[in-house]
Amino acid sequence: MDKTVTLAQGNGGEENRTLVSELFFRHLKNDTLQKAEDAAIIDDGRLAFTTDSFTVSPIFFAGGDIGKLAVCGTCNDLAMMGTQPKYLTLSVILEEGFETRSLERIVRSIKKELAQNGAQVVAGDTKVVPKGSVDRIFINTSGIGEVRVPGISASGIEEGDAIIVSRDIGRHGAAIFAGREGIELESEITSDCASLWPMVEALLEAGIVPHAMRDATRGGVAAVLNEWAEASGICIEVDEGAIPVSETVNGICEMLGFEATMLANEGTFLLAVHPDDAQRVQRILRDFPGNEAAAIVGEATMSYPKKVVLRSEWGTKRFMDLPTGELLPRIC
Amino acid sequence: MTALALNDLYDRFRDPATIRAFAGLIEKESKRLPAPLNIMEVCGGHTHTIMKYGLRQLLPESIHFIHGPGCPVCIMPKERIDHAYILSQQEDLILVTLGDMIKVPGSRGSLQKARSEGADVRFVYSPMDALKIAMENPDKKVVFFAIGFETTTPMTAALVEQALKRGLENLLFHINHVTVPEVMKELIDSRDEHIDSYNNRIDAFIGPSHVSVIAGAKIYEPFPRDYGRPVVVSGFEPVDVMEGVLMLVRQFVENRCELQIQYRRSVTYEGNLKAQAMIDRYFERRELFKWRGLGNIPHSALRLKEEYAALDAERVYSEILPIEEIEDHKLCICGDILRGMAEPTECRVFGTACKPSSPLGSCMVSSEGACAAYYKYGGVM
Amino acid sequence: MCLSIPSKVVEIDRDEVTAIVDTMGVKRKVGIDFIADEVKEGDYVLIHIGYAMNIISEEEAIASIETYREILEIMDEEERRRVIEEDDDCPAVR
Repeated sequence: MDKTVTLAQGNGGEENRTLVSELFFRHLKNDTLQKAEDAAIIDDGRLAFTTDSFTVSPIFFAGGDIGKLAVCGTCNDLAMMGTQPKYLTLSVILEEGFETRSLERIVRSIKKELAQNGAQVVAGDTKVVPKGSVDRIFINTSGIGEVRVPGISASGIEEGDAIIVSRDIGRHGAAIFAGREGIELESEITSDCASLWPMVEALLEAGIVPHAMRDATRGGVAAVLNEWAEASGICIEVDEGAIPVSETVNGICEMLGFEATMLANEGTFLLAVHPDDAQRVQRILRDFPGNEAAAIVGEATMSYPKKVVLRSEWGTKRFMDLPTGELLPRIC
Repeated sequence: MTALALNDLYDRFRDPATIRAFAGLIEKESKRLPAPLNIMEVCGGHTHTIMKYGLRQLLPESIHFIHGPGCPVCIMPKERIDHAYILSQQEDLILVTLGDMIKVPGSRGSLQKARSEGADVRFVYSPMDALKIAMENPDKKVVFFAIGFETTTPMTAALVEQALKRGLENLLFHINHVTVPEVMKELIDSRDEHIDSYNNRIDAFIGPSHVSVIAGAKIYEPFPRDYGRPVVVSGFEPVDVMEGVLMLVRQFVENRCELQIQYRRSVTYEGNLKAQAMIDRYFERRELFKWRGLGNIPHSALRLKEEYAALDAERVYSEILPIEEIEDHKLCICGDILRGMAEPTECRVFGTACKPSSPLGSCMVSSEGACAAYYKYGGVM
Repeated sequence: MCLSIPSKVVEIDRDEVTAIVDTMGVKRKVGIDFIADEVKEGDYVLIHIGYAMNIISEEEAIASIETYREILEIMDEEERRRVIEEDDDCPAVR
């Protein structure tokens, strides 16, 4: 491991996993932690518990802000474990000089998003640190809820399962890059930042029990598929042509040399379901505004266990690997 | 077809049916090839397209790609990366460079490491951003570490021009621009020497095309004329590359040896004369320049002309910039890979000690490097 | 350093020597130092690290696209003929 922490280790991909396993897991190991699911299942399977920190910049972006993200991020992790989010904690670290008007705007966002999930903030903390110690505002939320449907897990995928994505991918990552200083783009891209519980609830109520669900945050769709292939010991084969990407996200990817599957999402999730349920899942998801592009993108096979294979539209195949490195625009 | 839409410039050149059609034509016509055909694609961008779209899987056994050194980050010698590192450590100095350079390892580490240790290193998307940084930090020196082939050199020249026009005194340049034809000649010469030990002689080239948008296809004239190697200047979309391969197959079947342009929508014989003039105004050729893994290649790189010495970071900071050559890692065979003499998978540390997250050689770092392309896309058949 | 992408020129600022270009709905400002004399609104250009390198020849692009269309038609025709011939050889199926 390096002597100093690098930005790449925060990328949600390979370097991040190495840091977590070689440093954190080594000292703090226990069965629950090492499962590394979206949320920890505790209390004999009755509760799900999770935490997340939010350092996004810019704090106000097209489609949301750090407040909305702080609620969605944690509530979605619970939703992905078949759990309705119920109670959240909210910890805020503020930089000296941060505008109170902005803070109020953020808190109002938090309130609105909590309502989407039917959850409440029941404990919180506020710190103010000297200028330069944090970038305007950092937020941490922890969430807990009762597990409605147990057994949803990255290791639960079976050969033959259909792999479904809930909407067009890469919007959040693309929106963030478009909004950043230094890369001046003018586009109508908005983040997909949204609460997923309403969709998950609709699926559960229709009697569908997904084998696995995960929102494609840092590291994007590529990270989730690779984690699933690894955890379940299967091969995930995906049709490149079936992966929905909006034209604007495509434009940003072309311009900066990114691949949409590596970009972060904050309101997009993947499911692995029994093939018989696939069409129904797609129909239910498409009913939700914004999710009109929900698509069945591939299936689990045993061709190359623990790997993800991308099938092109002209008959060639290649591996889709875990993203590595800090996500920098490709020049060459 | 009436009007051209922007989407056509993408879609029509990535169309799966067209790609398959070219694959069919190549399969059919390559049966009449007199011998197996070894094509070097010089440019990293072409390597990337071939790997990303799995084009090798569509070609017959008789056609073989040899990956070339067309990755200006990959061929940067360690000692010059160290220059960037050392400059970034100077007080009140901001080192500005383009994306991929940040991760390339010198002997002291990469610029990314320097940044994590407190150095002011900034990556930019465009050289124009360096101008902004210089204007916003009048009390600091800003050094633009310039890299790239002929495609990128005019942009640095435009930056030099802007710096002079505005009388900016705090913007300096460390020039590492290299040129393509000289290294192509070097590759032919050095491989022809080893014709016994390495069976795959370079028979033809797919010529770097964005280089030619600037410099013109004329720069490849010597290859068919003096070296007997046809060159097809091809675009970067999969249809472009497939069409380029078909054009080469036809040359060999018909016993021709020519310079052809496949990428006619953007490449002309003469190129962009305005851009060429701007390059000539500010830069001149170096006698020698060391390419990582390839050694010194004459007249293959540029530097600022004498009259612009005040802007040349290499001259201004010569006291602190060492010129001793530095050896590469013992197990790194980037040199052989850049020459097309070995494939990434033949390297003992490929994918193990040397990965994108912990690269030993620059072929793994740059997204255009052969090793990085293989690591990312190389998996299947 | 080859990554360059086709974009459409939407607006030109002759004084600043820049243009606004559009790539699939994403707009950006780029330098036009190398094509200032010839470039017009509506032209397609190749963008490389914040500059337009050239003006794409629509004529050549259309010619290439036409060539590909012809190739596909020929292949389709051959494919159809081959399928028919195969069918003739095939013992009664339906």
